[in-house]
Amino acid sequence: MADVEGPVAPVPQESGYLEVRGISKSYPGVRALNDVDFDVRLGEVHALVGENGAGKSTLVKILAGAERPDAGTISIAGNRVAIASPAQSEALGIAVIYQEFNLVGELTVAENVLLGREPTRGIAIDWRAMRARVAAIFARLGVTMPIQAPVKTLSVAQQQMVEIAKALSVDARIIFMDEPSAALTTNEVERLFTVIRALKQARVGIVYISHRLEEISEIADRITVFRDGRHIQTGSASEFSEGDIVRLMVGRTLEAHFPTLPAPAAATAAPLLSVQHLSLAGRIENVSFDVMPGEIVGLAGLVGAGRTSLLRAICGLERAASGSLALEGSNLRLRGPHDAIAAGLALVTDDRKGQGLILGMTVRENVTLAHLELFSHGGHINRAQETAAVAKLAVELNIRMPSIEQVARALSGGNQQKVVLAKWLLEKSKLICFDEPTRGIDVGAKHEIYEIMVALAASGTGIIMASSELPEILGMSTRIIVMREGRVVGRFHAGEATQEHVMALATGARPAAA
Amino acid sequence: MVDEARAVEVQAAAEAADKRKRFIAGLRAAGIVVGLIVLFGILNAVTHGDFLAPNNVLNILRQIAVIAVLAAGQTFVIITAGIDLSVGSLIALTGVLMAGMLAGASNPVAGVFLAIAVGLGVGGAAGVVNGFPVVKFNLPPFITTLAMLDIARGLAFLYTGGRPIEIDNTIFDFVGSGFLLPGLGRMLKIPGIPTSVLIMLAVIVVGQFVLTQTRFGRYVYAIGGNEEAARLSGINVAGVKLSVYVISGALAGLASLMLAARLSSGIPQSGGGDELLNSIAAVVVGGTSLMGGRGSMTGTFVGALLIGMLYNLMNLLNVQSYAQDVVLGAVILAAVLLDELRRRYLASR
Repeated sequence: MADVEGPVAPVPQESGYLEVRGISKSYPGVRALNDVDFDVRLGEVHALVGENGAGKSTLVKILAGAERPDAGTISIAGNRVAIASPAQSEALGIAVIYQEFNLVGELTVAENVLLGREPTRGIAIDWRAMRARVAAIFARLGVTMPIQAPVKTLSVAQQQMVEIAKALSVDARIIFMDEPSAALTTNEVERLFTVIRALKQARVGIVYISHRLEEISEIADRITVFRDGRHIQTGSASEFSEGDIVRLMVGRTLEAHFPTLPAPAAATAAPLLSVQHLSLAGRIENVSFDVMPGEIVGLAGLVGAGRTSLLRAICGLERAASGSLALEGSNLRLRGPHDAIAAGLALVTDDRKGQGLILGMTVRENVTLAHLELFSHGGHINRAQETAAVAKLAVELNIRMPSIEQVARALSGGNQQKVVLAKWLLEKSKLICFDEPTRGIDVGAKHEIYEIMVALAASGTGIIMASSELPEILGMSTRIIVMREGRVVGRFHAGEATQEHVMALATGARPAAA
Repeated sequence: MVDEARAVEVQAAAEAADKRKRFIAGLRAAGIVVGLIVLFGILNAVTHGDFLAPNNVLNILRQIAVIAVLAAGQTFVIITAGIDLSVGSLIALTGVLMAGMLAGASNPVAGVFLAIAVGLGVGGAAGVVNGFPVVKFNLPPFITTLAMLDIARGLAFLYTGGRPIEIDNTIFDFVGSGFLLPGLGRMLKIPGIPTSVLIMLAVIVVGQFVLTQTRFGRYVYAIGGNEEAARLSGINVAGVKLSVYVISGALAGLASLMLAARLSSGIPQSGGGDELLNSIAAVVVGGTSLMGGRGSMTGTFVGALLIGMLYNLMNLLNVQSYAQDVVLGAVILAAVLLDELRRRYLASR
């Protein structure tokens, strides 16, 4: 990099270097960004906060050149620009460090930093110049780095530094960091902050996207809150208490109208599932709770809080390090998903396309995959019985498709989710774990999924629902469990919890100075 | 609360869609058959009636029998997104072992049974060795079966000292060069239908049944389509994957039996030519995706037939053998490319 006073004219401190005005972006069925303003100054750390779905990542994608806005303007140093491709974004001095790094594990640090821009002598790579340039970048960051080591041998924190160095090597003036601390230890976060301060000194603007409010109060100069695709407030960090931020982030309007929940189980009822002191190395720690028949237990928490790991452990996909599971009073020993399914436990994963469905197979084949034994005699599948059973479920769940012989790939998200659900209703499951049950689903289908869940609960099925959407947690749970960093940090009965309260527990925010 | 009438409707719609699919498939097949008849007529004329002479057709079928049986096993493996490179060498290993068993047997009938058991058993066991590291340690099947390719070939040479073992057993020879159904043969003015051709047809028919009508077959497609989703559905992914390598190995043993019986000897060099590559080519030309999840046994049979006919035709037309390879390669590429273009066209509609 990064002769910072380089070709750009000096910018007055108070106006933003990067300015976004009136940006809107819609996807089918979703208004992801609605007339949003945002600006970043050189030499500041600007925290961007908001719940999942608030529009942060859409904004980042637009500025990274991965998406085009429907309306609005972007200007850099006062000049209007159009960002049509990632290459243009890079040329304009914008860099994005995603949670998933863009590094080639087999190549060395130096090769990664200058990938595609290797210094050459003639047609050969000038290795010495490459090492010198990369070493200089890390020196400026004040980071010691084995620049000859393959990137795959580095820790996550070190890989992040490689990403930062990569951004500096292309003279990035604005760096977006998406949840940069998510995978770091406390010490590593401190070191990251040291580097961020060095970047500030070098007059690089940082956009820091995070859910961890304590970090934001420590590092941010300014804070912007998004909610439901709208810009809610921007101000100097000192103006906000953590409680204020939480209040601004939540308070989402309940766009979906939730069905009436079943009555809470009698206190005397025997638990359907009992989770006792469950631990999974590094991911969940000493989690205990019960699920009564007909209950919908909402699991709230941020990404990485351990909700998915917990569901996977319950459904036999992860081996718990310690603790026990009991279904209807008898101990469960799950050696794999097969045992869990046989016991009547089902998991509707948050990754329909990757884990829930076989996209190239028909609706019929997908629905019956887990329970083909119901229609087979000595290994031979009775096609007529299979078709009849799937047809019945398709009507029950109102799956919209030309026919059950349609391949799953061609269905909309909501209908795909119903297919996944049908798979676990073919043979009635006792307990169904939903991980983000309405992710990527339009509002109408969302409501249908909710109604199916409530109908299931009313028929005595136990439900555990992990969700990042607070309205969904509050509107759909008969009981709420809040997780943070692998532990249970709060428990509520329906109606007791507020969005602020749950979010404060999930983020570890100190109570509002109200 | 289920609307029974609607369910019946959806079921009827599904059956109608199924029927429509089969009708379209049938129509397409009919179109292909008509096209082939025209093509064959032309080729027959060009070759002065040699191409479609019953004896020549019989020849083609006998020539593709070994390849088609290998390809049948390969089809199972490839649908799971795997590959089996060891089948050629397994022909050699199981062939010399069978010849050894027959030579050592005191009773010729017992010798045949022992030889067949050893041939299929060793082939299947090699499949376990191929598949175990794949399912247990997640090694790529390309590597494990490549290793088996070398190991089996080496063992065949070690066992024989590099020399063929002659087979002097009329019952065994019958499998390779015998004829069944002499009545049908008289009608066609041929000695009958060769045993090896009947074995091949049986393998294809059973294979197609297993793939399309059984749970095991459904699981094979599911694993190739999305292994993680299959695992989460409670499918014993390791067991199914191991099984497809065992099937492929055992069918290599069966192919070897047919070959050894035809040659009346177990030859350590056998299966070292085009067997492996032609078995894969037959599968791919038959529309099975190397990425897994898609394919059929009937397609594989058509692929093997196409390759066999092409060789035969070029021989009848006196095409030089080096040029034959060039043509075959070009045809494989064209066939797969056409299939891909057809698929894209259908997907875009």
